[in-house]
Amino acid sequence: MQWGKTLVLSMKSLLLHPLRSGLTVLGILIGVASVIWLLAIGEGISRASQEQIANLGARNIILRTIKPTGDDFDGSGYGLTRSDYERLVTTIPSIETALPIREIERELRYKTRRLEGRLVGSTPEYPEVLRLKLASGRFLSDIDLAKERNVCVLGAGVAEALFPTGNPLGEAVMVGDEFYRVIGVAQPKAPTAGVGGSFAAEDFSSDVYIPITSFWRRIGDMIVTRKPSLFQRDLVEVSQISLRVADKDLVLATADVVRETVAAHHTMEDYGITVPLELLIQARTTQLMFIIFLGMIAAISLVVGGIGIMNIMLATVTERTREIGIRRALGAKRKDIVAQFLSESVVLSIVGGVLGVLGGVCCPLLTGWARAGMERLFPLQMSSLPELIRDLEPQLVTWSIPLAFAISAVVGVLFGVYPATRAAKLDPIVALRHE
Amino acid sequence: MVSTETAFAVRVEDLTKTYALGDGAVHALRGVTFDVPLGDYVSIMGPSGSGKSTLLNLLGCLDRPTSGDFYLGDVNVATMSDDQLAEVRSTRLGMVFQSFNLLPALSVVENIELPLYYSGRFRRESRQRCEALAERVGLADRLGHRPNQLSGGQQQRVAIARSLANDPRFILADEPTGNLDSATTNEILELMASLNEEGRTLVMVTHEDEVAEQTRRTLVLRDGRLLSDTRRA
Repeated sequence: MQWGKTLVLSMKSLLLHPLRSGLTVLGILIGVASVIWLLAIGEGISRASQEQIANLGARNIILRTIKPTGDDFDGSGYGLTRSDYERLVTTIPSIETALPIREIERELRYKTRRLEGRLVGSTPEYPEVLRLKLASGRFLSDIDLAKERNVCVLGAGVAEALFPTGNPLGEAVMVGDEFYRVIGVAQPKAPTAGVGGSFAAEDFSSDVYIPITSFWRRIGDMIVTRKPSLFQRDLVEVSQISLRVADKDLVLATADVVRETVAAHHTMEDYGITVPLELLIQARTTQLMFIIFLGMIAAISLVVGGIGIMNIMLATVTERTREIGIRRALGAKRKDIVAQFLSESVVLSIVGGVLGVLGGVCCPLLTGWARAGMERLFPLQMSSLPELIRDLEPQLVTWSIPLAFAISAVVGVLFGVYPATRAAKLDPIVALRHE
Repeated sequence: MVSTETAFAVRVEDLTKTYALGDGAVHALRGVTFDVPLGDYVSIMGPSGSGKSTLLNLLGCLDRPTSGDFYLGDVNVATMSDDQLAEVRSTRLGMVFQSFNLLPALSVVENIELPLYYSGRFRRESRQRCEALAERVGLADRLGHRPNQLSGGQQQRVAIARSLANDPRFILADEPTGNLDSATTNEILELMASLNEEGRTLVMVTHEDEVAEQTRRTLVLRDGRLLSDTRRA
């Protein structure tokens, strides 16, 4: 018996009970769509968090000064030192670039406009290591550093706030109580998230970059903060050292050496080390577990759909015993009967699979609508959700589509085989007499 | 000279059939022997429990005998496998049932085509042949109807057309008029007679004497044995 004919016949008998077939298809549809949806949501979440980590630079190692707390802190100097920096640069050959950063909060002024910003002393390598792009002008140069010039590069937010209409290049901006001439303006840069205990979230928009040598010369290591109810002195040489490793494969080994080198010269817990690559590896592991977990949930719903198919096919076999007898009497072999019932269950599952794939592909669209609707109906609850979930963009995983479809076909065969063989095993004489 | 094998449509030799029933056994057929020559028109009669239905199942290749031989044309069906029996059913045999046994989901012409799917003889042009068969039984204007839109007599006509789909030489009918009124019975019997006249061999199980009288020869079964074999003039 030809396959085409078998398929047409099974469609016909399925259409005899449209509601029943439709509900069975719905079961598979939900299973297949949920495979695609759950994988897309999992991918969306993990891609967002991986992107945040990757923004720190996969080849970077970041050391950061942390103000020590506890009894053995005597209130004197703390944190990373210039000699830490020298030592790292001179002793570890796998470090391609080392970037010392010194930063403090300062008020920025231009004429009558003012803004609380962050003064960052650094070196010409800063844009390359931290992926900062310039909108106009130039960044700091080696000569700026050597001559300890009082020049600065404005972050996008600072330029926007102090020079809403004009061109800041060449103007003098007052930082604290000193003037710096603007030589460049940075492009907006996405803020990095705080990852790991040692690394706070950074918003680069209110930064002002100056040569670190000028920083040391003009501002010095001792920072005195005077505010109502707060008087504090901090003696810090370097706020942060960003290292870039020449080869991605050497990042983890280099990180170990860096840890040992720095630890040997510090008695207090006054610094932290963040290795984005380590976090990335961690995040991938979490993602894998996430995918397995979501996949299992989806698999369960597919099995439920499969049981639906089996249930309906068993009912169909009982109901159509007489038909089976007639077909056998007219010359149908056992395998013809198997093919007939199997093709019916496969048609059910394939139709469910196709519709499920369509439903799955609509996932990003539907989550967008759902989010818009939720924001209108429950604005308070939505705003209290974590950012990762509120801004979730499901990412369709391309391989999940053939996978979900294949699973649905397999489910159709798997759960169709038993009812079909049961139909084929019927004795034609008994089946013919069945009322 | 025509060989003895092909001179007979059906040859049954010492056919027995025993069913296991609990500890004991039911001997439904206790050794039945007869021939049906090509082109014959035979009715089989007998009270219930005589082994009539068992013989019908064996002749219809739906079952295998416990012992004995059953030749359909020149092949011995008695020892065939399940798949071989199915093939014989679809290629050498047409069957007509008391309760018509049409598939309700299929139209008249699709029901007629059904045996062709299983014999593997379905072709593009088969549809026209099946329409011609419907016309032959007087249903040319009902091709697209479903069985439940037809009267009993019309349904039986469809069943007869279906039994002809594979153009078998041998047609087996199980009380084909049992569910029909007398006027329709006559129509169906005329149709059967016309099939016999074009050379097909017919075997019909019936319990009605008037129906049996329309055939050329009557076999009577009782208690699993052949009681009589009467040929009409």
